[in-house]
Amino acid sequence: MNYGIVSQEQLEQIDTILADKLIKLGVDCVIIIDMAGNIITAKDNGESKYDVYSFAALAAGNFATVDAMAKLVGEAEFSLLFHKGQDSNIHFSKIDDELLLISMFGKDISLGFLRLNVVEAIEQIKTVWDTSSS
Amino acid sequence: MSFINLKDKVVQVKIVYYGPGRCGKTTNLEYVNRKFRDQIQSEMVSLKTHGDRTLFFDFLPFDMGQIKGYDIKIQLYTVPGQVKYNATRKLVLKGVDGVVFVADAMEKQREKNIRSLNQLHENLQAYKESIFKIPLVIQYNKVDLKDHGVPILPTAVLRKDLNSRLKVPDLEASAITGYNVAATLKKIISATVVSIQKKLL
Repeated sequence: MNYGIVSQEQLEQIDTILADKLIKLGVDCVIIIDMAGNIITAKDNGESKYDVYSFAALAAGNFATVDAMAKLVGEAEFSLLFHKGQDSNIHFSKIDDELLLISMFGKDISLGFLRLNVVEAIEQIKTVWDTSSS
Repeated sequence: MSFINLKDKVVQVKIVYYGPGRCGKTTNLEYVNRKFRDQIQSEMVSLKTHGDRTLFFDFLPFDMGQIKGYDIKIQLYTVPGQVKYNATRKLVLKGVDGVVFVADAMEKQREKNIRSLNQLHENLQAYKESIFKIPLVIQYNKVDLKDHGVPILPTAVLRKDLNSRLKVPDLEASAITGYNVAATLKKIISATVVSIQKKLL
């Protein structure tokens, strides 16, 4: 799979999915990264100012570490992670072996509702992505 | 693998500083962080132990300006040097575009340099990369110690040990004083960008 280059059209489609499914819901910031820590795309609600590049590097490291832990306990993978804070939360979900979707959101959104939307967004992103690799 | 965003015209390039424990990888990045503060928008991220040794990696992103209309974002990483952390080193090497091998010029570190370079070779193979093909620069660090009476290996010996087969650009440096730190960075950036251009054309 040649994931190194994504066309403008694909990125726009992915951005639309993220905006429709997650930003509209009230998520502060959504990032798609690859496992090497590169940012594929980042979308936010226009208010949040995160240092997304450092975030991507740390998130990829974090996910890789948890993956290694999964193998230690005999799991193939832990496909999602959730970090809860007082005011903001982070949700990580695997799109495929190379891609990760990260959502940062405040306390107004329920985790269950977010997860439902993340699942739908991932399904849609996969279809866009698969057309690029086939 | 560098990531190229055709929509925003951004190329992300991953460069990893590799080498044995306490050879000065983090010190290299810290110097770059201080020296080029104006070009760096974010803070350097360091995941370290209480003893100040790198536990996972250091990360320093900076903008290099444009090439053919594309913004080049350089991302510098270091690995933990301690022998027992090879699993972590491997993780950091994922998707690497260019490597700086930092060797410790101190006489007593001779064997550790060679072992570390061999392990880099193996770790790259795990990602189907070859140490003979990937952009690589070797830095012989700590040459300033000579003035403090610490026995260090002559560059000719280091070169024979580490660079006789690879034949990559190499230079003496002192990360603590900054001598040749920027020169090392310049060399690896240009080698890496040229290699990415070649892959694309």
